[in-house]
Amino acid sequence: MITRFFPSALAAISLIGTSVKAAETVKVGVLHSLSGTMAISETSLRDVLLFTFDEINAAGGVMGKKIEPVVVDGASNWPLFAEKAKQLLDQDKVSVTFGCWTSVSRKSVLPVFEEKKGLLFYPVQYEGEEMSHNIFYTAEAVNQQATPAVDYLLAEGKKKFYLLGSDYVYPQTTNLVLLEYLLSKGVPLENIGGGFTKDSSGKIISAGKYTPFGHTDYQQIVSEIKQFCASGDACIVSTLNGDTNVPFFKEYAAAGLTAETAPVVSFSISEDEFRGLPAKQLVGQLGCWTYFQSIKSPANAKFIKNFQAWLGKSTVPGIVKEGRVTCSPMVLSYDGVYLWKAAVEKAKSFEVEKVLAALEEGVSFDGPGGMVTTQKNHHLTKNVFIGESKADGQFKILKEFKNVIGEPFLKGTFK
Amino acid sequence: MNKQPITSRVHLPILIATAIILLVVVPVLHRCGIISDFTLGNWGKYLCYGILAISIDLLWGYTGLLCLGQALFFTLGGYMMGMYLMRSIGGKAMPTFLSMRGFTEWPSFFLPFSSFPFAMLMMVVVPGLLALGFGFLAFRSRIKGVYFSILTQALTYGAALLFFRNEMLMGGNNGFTDFRTLLGFDLRDIGTKRSLYIATALLLIGVVALCKWLTGSRFGLIQRAIRDSENRVLFSGYATANYKLFVFVISAVIASFAGALFVPQVGIINPSEMDTSKSLEAVVWVALGGRGTIIGPVLGAISVNALKSWASSGATADFWPMILGGSFVLVVLFMPKGIVGLPAQIQGVLARLKKKKEEEEIPAISEKSPATDP
Repeated sequence: MITRFFPSALAAISLIGTSVKAAETVKVGVLHSLSGTMAISETSLRDVLLFTFDEINAAGGVMGKKIEPVVVDGASNWPLFAEKAKQLLDQDKVSVTFGCWTSVSRKSVLPVFEEKKGLLFYPVQYEGEEMSHNIFYTAEAVNQQATPAVDYLLAEGKKKFYLLGSDYVYPQTTNLVLLEYLLSKGVPLENIGGGFTKDSSGKIISAGKYTPFGHTDYQQIVSEIKQFCASGDACIVSTLNGDTNVPFFKEYAAAGLTAETAPVVSFSISEDEFRGLPAKQLVGQLGCWTYFQSIKSPANAKFIKNFQAWLGKSTVPGIVKEGRVTCSPMVLSYDGVYLWKAAVEKAKSFEVEKVLAALEEGVSFDGPGGMVTTQKNHHLTKNVFIGESKADGQFKILKEFKNVIGEPFLKGTFK
Repeated sequence: MNKQPITSRVHLPILIATAIILLVVVPVLHRCGIISDFTLGNWGKYLCYGILAISIDLLWGYTGLLCLGQALFFTLGGYMMGMYLMRSIGGKAMPTFLSMRGFTEWPSFFLPFSSFPFAMLMMVVVPGLLALGFGFLAFRSRIKGVYFSILTQALTYGAALLFFRNEMLMGGNNGFTDFRTLLGFDLRDIGTKRSLYIATALLLIGVVALCKWLTGSRFGLIQRAIRDSENRVLFSGYATANYKLFVFVISAVIASFAGALFVPQVGIINPSEMDTSKSLEAVVWVALGGRGTIIGPVLGAISVNALKSWASSGATADFWPMILGGSFVLVVLFMPKGIVGLPAQIQGVLARLKKKKEEEEIPAISEKSPATDP
């Protein structure tokens, strides 16, 4: 009898234990693709989020509650993203979700977060033209990446700009904004390369050269660029996505173009993407983000050290431990968690509306990339850096723009 | 062959019971709050996939045409519904994919989609005509087997590339999303969601009944004859190309309706749904459930997608594709007839064991018998 009784008593005790534990935790959703085409980028964000939760939990949690992550896999499948968002909000009842990379995944979960009144932190540079009540964009807006990069190039004496991108909404929108911006800075239309598409009334509806996802043949485009750059005062603004950068830069090097004669500023290549690119071919090219791993500050040194230490100890199945770097989307995920924590503590509540009100009022966090502050328009004020790539896949910081205010609606604002 | 009617007689009560559960019990339980909105939404999605799987099976399992482009017809139906849903959002503002390209008014081909009957008509006409044209060319040229599969795969890939382009004015990479109302009902309203689920279940039952009738008729006999030996049917004087064309068009329209019901339930349609991998995935559901049966593909679609929903979160979120892949391998190796074939398979094993036992017993008797004989 005693042997029968003991296990059940133990089970009962442990049950009480778990229910107490449940009361002391706050559920937080992690909605990234851990499989499929986007996994290579998004898994890094999952890793850094789990690291951040552990760091916060070790320091006492959020308002005394430990963060309990609910990790789901969107699998690079957009209807599945919507399903997973519903699951996080309906079944798991998470207080906040950190997630999404591509614009289409964000667009697929946006109606879910609005309907079920959830809160999503979105960490990856995007095209703007959106401001949902239920999404907080820690991401770079176009004026925190593209326009500062152009400012830098103009200051460097560049007079001609070739616009090149993958054919989807982020490059298309970014380049239209850049076109307006360049014209407002006095760059004549004939100095903007890549071609224009006009509607029947002659209004430009698309600026720049576009290639589909997975495009490999850049011979013709590179020869066009070579001609365009012959004058020596030209540069290339690239919004090419992911692995299409490999054939492009190969063709670019084969044509004898270099960073001196025709520098490329890319908005989609961060340290993490460099892991899959031939870094030597890209030496001297430019990047523009709100964070680089090479930033020298105590906060960044501490962040990198703790993250690497966490990776070493991590028991997450399948996690990559060697050769890991930190990059802007990762730091913006990290900042997002701390901003949410600050807002919860300010609102003294986990309720979405109260947290949102606190975020809109403005909370700050001194992160690895410097101080970030939330704005009323659901974007961040943060520092922007221009960097030059090195052979080891890192960036040498050339210029810093302090406290740039994120602005999602830019089209038609430059006159 | 003789067994066929017996099994279908056994199946009929099960089918009716399943229909009642799907159509009546589930919505009532949902109304009482026992089944959550989330679960109901997922089941609506699974049933749409089930209809898509039947449409593939009608081609593959019954006619021997392995179509790897069925996701195209599914997505086209979804786009037709998406166009109607975009038009019914209302308001002056253009969706981003149009305003980005400088449109201040809807392009003319969008205009008639404000009418639901027109959108429904297009769900039949667009995929139907595409299947008719493509099928006519393919079957007239006697394209068969793996070549047909490759061509259908190329067709859906080409269409996906086309829809990815922003010049198509169909939303490009992001597709259509953020829908508000359907026939005036708020899509966020729980009653609308339940109605959509019921509509899906009704369509599924209708499609099952249609396919049961079709495959059980003389037409179905010729269908299966084409699958087993097309040349013999051809030399018997049947125009096999016309039969195949008919099946191809019917299954395209079925897939299109499944896609049309899928879109308001998941809230997004974009070209990645046309991807060849999606078509292949649906073929896997059919193989897993059991091809050449009506119920098998539905079971396959539901079980794979339920497994996917369950496994892609929590502890298994990191390695669920391996669980899924592992189960496919197991099915291919040990269950060649899929899930529906399992009872027969078990019966077969039992029968063999029984036979073996009897064989062991018979010698024992024969040993005894001479002893009893004087």
